[in-house]
Amino acid sequence: MADSAYTDAVPLLPQSALVLRQGRTWLLLLLLAVLLGLLLRSGILQLPLLKDLLTWSPALLLGMLANIQISVLAIAIGTLAGLFIGVLQLSSVRLVRLAARGYVQLFRNAPMLILIYFSTYVFPFELHISSHYVSFPDWIKVTLGLALPASANVAEIFRGAMLSIPAPQWEAASSLAFRRTQLLRWIILPQCLRRMLPSWMNLYSTITMGTALASLVGVHDLLDTAQIASTTVNRVDFTVAIYFTTLLLFFIYCYPISRFTHYLERKYAFI
Amino acid sequence: MPLSEVRPDAGNVLVELRDVHLAFGRTAVLKGINLQVRRGQAVSIIGPSGSGKSTILRCITGLLKPQSGDIFLDGTDVRALKSEAELIGLRKRVGFVFQQYNLFPHLTVLENLVIAPTRILGQDLASARSNAHALLERVKLGGKAHAYPGQLSGGQQQRVAIARALAMQPELILFDEVTSALDPETVGEVLTVIGELVQDGMTCVLVTHEMRFAEEVSDEVYFTEAGLIVEHGPAHKIFSHPDSERTRTFLTRALRGEEQGRRQTNSFSPISFDRLKFSV
Repeated sequence: MADSAYTDAVPLLPQSALVLRQGRTWLLLLLLAVLLGLLLRSGILQLPLLKDLLTWSPALLLGMLANIQISVLAIAIGTLAGLFIGVLQLSSVRLVRLAARGYVQLFRNAPMLILIYFSTYVFPFELHISSHYVSFPDWIKVTLGLALPASANVAEIFRGAMLSIPAPQWEAASSLAFRRTQLLRWIILPQCLRRMLPSWMNLYSTITMGTALASLVGVHDLLDTAQIASTTVNRVDFTVAIYFTTLLLFFIYCYPISRFTHYLERKYAFI
Repeated sequence: MPLSEVRPDAGNVLVELRDVHLAFGRTAVLKGINLQVRRGQAVSIIGPSGSGKSTILRCITGLLKPQSGDIFLDGTDVRALKSEAELIGLRKRVGFVFQQYNLFPHLTVLENLVIAPTRILGQDLASARSNAHALLERVKLGGKAHAYPGQLSGGQQQRVAIARALAMQPELILFDEVTSALDPETVGEVLTVIGELVQDGMTCVLVTHEMRFAEEVSDEVYFTEAGLIVEHGPAHKIFSHPDSERTRTFLTRALRGEEQGRRQTNSFSPISFDRLKFSV
């Protein structure tokens, strides 16, 4: 109800701009189709190549699933940990605050690849819990490696959002007899989460792209599959095509996220 | 005719401040404030900027804690309130309207009015909503229930803020320079709403720079300067023949400024005041 009231009153984009935007997308697809046609006719792109691509596509998609799985889990762990550390960053205890800030600065400013190597070689490959051995597969280690920077970034996004809520909002809610917990629940956090959402989704996009690094520590993901396909078929045109396909798959997954983020930024701009 | 003569001070004392001192660090802001508000009274606090007027209001509702002195609300010792629950109990009875409106930007106007009564007072949603609609009619914003604060003008936001305070059915409303942030054109509409509240018998404490308005609606006026009450008394007395030279200087200057402001911008509509006078 609330959302519709808002969109009724202020259109997010003028209708004409929206049509233009859609028009541009279609034009792009048309251009791609024409390009594909030209490549086919010129003989650079040949039917055997398409057949090979088709053969490998289920494997590629399965590999992509690994990337998605890692990214979703990493952002989930990262968000939970990040919110917790974000709260610690705002603690009134100086030591807690400093420790949390240290964590955030350390993992925000570290290259993802190094964190992935770090988690891969620092964590044991299996855990020994009483008499049970729990194996600790590489993809989980990569997930943790990506969850580290994710948590640091979420903590920072949360801190920024909290500090961006003007102090009078606290005062206004207090004067309306809100308890501190109620005030956080109904007034501060809803505003915070709205402000966090675009940055959080950007972060998710970044983490998803970072999952490609998993192939470097032996996780069987999209990029790894592409490499295997490339060496198996062992043909230059196929190698080129498969890496283009890899790029395209990441683009298809990440681009809508980035568009949706853009939409959310506009939608919540008035807050 | 000044209101104080129309409405004798029949009510008992609702708010009382005795020798209240407050300092921020080494800066003394309140240096011994004595103030009394009776039930049903409208009391204005006037004075130069930085004289501690807003600080007095924040002390009454427990947002600030003075270092010494006593504050009583209907016999409750505000300074002795320790726990959150006790402060909550106090704030349920006292409404507060801010200079910067401070509406909740993520909620619609209606939700702004409904959230505290439902979450804090435990009213059911339906009755809170119908109450909110009635209040919006009262501040003449019936059509804006589903708008967001960001879509309203300053004057409209301030009227919503008044309605939000009223939705908690407080015994007392504190107005903290509620027209200072407004465009001159919208000042009148907010003052009209406050004037009507005063007529309806709501106990109000107003910190204001609108001297004409203060004179019109107040029973009692306090003139503060540098953290002290210089003078207080019935509105007509303070405005016509104040005892203190400082009060006189301040009023002369403030009223001249208001006259000029009105001539230049044709600011707040005289119509609202005429209406007020007739209905009184």
